[in-house]
Amino acid sequence: MESIEKDKEIEDLLSAANAARWELGVNFHDTIIESIYADASRIAKSAVSQKGSNNAYEKDLKIDRIITSRWLGFPIMLLLLALVFWLTVAGANVPSAFLASILIDGVHPWLKTGAASLGFPWWLSGILLDGAYLSMAWVISVMLPPMAIFFPLFTLLEDLGYLPRVAFNMDNLFRKAGAHGKQALTMSMGFGCNAAGVIAARVIDSPRERLIAIITNNFSLCNGRWPTQILIATIFIGGLVPAGWAGLVSAGAVVGIAVLGIGFSLLVSWGLSHSVLKGEASSFSLELPPYRPPRVLQTLYTSLLDRTLFVLWRAVVFAVPAGMVIWGVANIEVNDLSLAEHIINATNPAALLFGLNGVIILAYIIAIPANEIVIPTILMLTVLSSNMAGTGSGSGVMFELESVTDTANLLKSGGWTALTGINLMLFSLLHNPCSTTIYTIYKETHSLKWTLVSTFLPIVLGLIVCFFTTQIWFLLT
Amino acid sequence: MKTPESCESCPVHHKANLQKLGLNLDNTDFVLALAGNPNTGKSTVFNNLTGLRQHTGNWPGKTVSRAEGAFSYNDRRYKMVDLPGTYSLLSTSTDEEVARNFILFGKPDVTVIVADATRLERNLNLTLQILEITDRAVLCLNMMDEARRSVLDIDLRQLSKSLGIPVIPAAARSREGMESLLKAIEDVATGAYKCRPHRLQTRSPKLKHALDNLSQQLEKKFPGLPNLKWVALRLLEGDNSIIEAMRSGELQRIQESNPEIIS
Repeated sequence: MESIEKDKEIEDLLSAANAARWELGVNFHDTIIESIYADASRIAKSAVSQKGSNNAYEKDLKIDRIITSRWLGFPIMLLLLALVFWLTVAGANVPSAFLASILIDGVHPWLKTGAASLGFPWWLSGILLDGAYLSMAWVISVMLPPMAIFFPLFTLLEDLGYLPRVAFNMDNLFRKAGAHGKQALTMSMGFGCNAAGVIAARVIDSPRERLIAIITNNFSLCNGRWPTQILIATIFIGGLVPAGWAGLVSAGAVVGIAVLGIGFSLLVSWGLSHSVLKGEASSFSLELPPYRPPRVLQTLYTSLLDRTLFVLWRAVVFAVPAGMVIWGVANIEVNDLSLAEHIINATNPAALLFGLNGVIILAYIIAIPANEIVIPTILMLTVLSSNMAGTGSGSGVMFELESVTDTANLLKSGGWTALTGINLMLFSLLHNPCSTTIYTIYKETHSLKWTLVSTFLPIVLGLIVCFFTTQIWFLLT
Repeated sequence: MKTPESCESCPVHHKANLQKLGLNLDNTDFVLALAGNPNTGKSTVFNNLTGLRQHTGNWPGKTVSRAEGAFSYNDRRYKMVDLPGTYSLLSTSTDEEVARNFILFGKPDVTVIVADATRLERNLNLTLQILEITDRAVLCLNMMDEARRSVLDIDLRQLSKSLGIPVIPAAARSREGMESLLKAIEDVATGAYKCRPHRLQTRSPKLKHALDNLSQQLEKKFPGLPNLKWVALRLLEGDNSIIEAMRSGELQRIQESNPEIIS
């Protein structure tokens, strides 16, 4: 009885509040805000005085006039992004090769010998060392160096105060697409890692716009996909032009794919906000903070710990079981053919329609856990399916060929053409997110439906784009 | 040989007494809330004092939910809660609700307000709103290095007098002012410094009457509830989260002094 009586008291209180609200009229909220602002202004004026001219502010303003200008804003942005990516790609080569030589050429044979002397059965040492260990070694050697360069560079730009300017530049485009201007920030994070970009979408308040940012984040090429893009562009696009132009043209092709990704991001945002996620773009006030000299050491420390190792750890966790699966499908034989060959043969006819091949399809299925392992998986499966002897280290073992030329020869003898290369680049941009990202999307949205949409929408787009590219290619050649 | 004593009486001396406790939140004597506008360096202050490594960056909106850490200073243990940066406490967005509810019902012993010295007027809007709902606060006037770069002259004593709380100049990025901030926090927490926070003068007698009336009813219903005036104001404005908290009995639980339930 008592609780009911209590509730009545609360309802009485609430209706008293309602009555008073009517009596006060709608303006009382504004009156309160006004008096806060008036007091703040009075107190600030009595305490602050400007001595001389504010040079620092004027300097910031001058820089901002250039960096956020209508004409120079975008070129500067693209150049800075290109510079960051170029430093990442160029700087990562040597440490990647170094890590690979230790982990793959050094430790792996030693582990194999050790396993043999301990009397491991062939399948156990195969699944553990050729499968799990090698995939982990691959992810570390391919992923760690670029991330250890990209994340600190990106964090330095952030610390300097450049990111809000990027958002400021992109805001107009995203707003026209019905999305939030801050999506420019999450998109940039996605260039490093889509899982990180999806988490970064928390900065967007409106659930509708946050969802759009999450779904479209996959259109930012992530670190795991840059190596694929660069290798394939070097072999197939660079190969189309004279040697002197090859470097520039293949680099241009990669930037082109990245810009295409931004285009898809805007297009899909527009499509979503004019169909299932209808709504007005919400406005937000974006403060352009002062430019500050970045704190280099602290940036290195936090970006390496918070971002690099965090993302790497998740990639390793997903890559280890994937390595076992690769080894498994390459070594489990049904009717004298391995599972891998069965799948490749079955998917080949359909894949050719899209200008791809069965190897690529299977590689993308196996490499769901981490985009980094796409290229090694493709090479391994190509060797396997064309039964080339004398290359690599045996069936189901992931390896990296010594040089780009070796890789090119292998792929070309496996029936690859420039069209396959172009389509692989397009499909690498437009396919499902890696499982880490899918899992992150589920954790952030708590929605199976939107997780599935984020997963399958890019695949459908990728197949459509590859199909038309292939048909146009055949019309022209 | 006067030097040692004068050193000991200087707050800088006690910097050695700061012990960063990170995530060790056991047996804390005082709870601190860390509030402020976005991009004023709250997370940097938080990291400096707790030794934790909350990600910081030069763009607004990094702290999405609250983070907690601890430190001990002069043998007293403090728990510090880093709240999301907000421009006001009056709207209904999630981050503002998190910040508002913690200051209102988390019963922090001291609210440390971090403000950008170069944008004082706008930062004071939030400061004044916070002073409406809490009695004990310290203003950490951060980015003094920027203010010097912009040749701004800030009369700290005048500001402190107007606001009725200690005002500590700081540049958290280079750890400047952290010692004085610790001392000010200690003084307010222990009651050595009595705050006389600036309060808004309610200009409309009608509003004042309505607020008094509602606060009285609230007091009767929920004796001991902190910040009666503010709750009354929210009720007047028809704030659904407060109305829900009343109906579901959450407000009663808050009043039974469990600061942890609202997050």
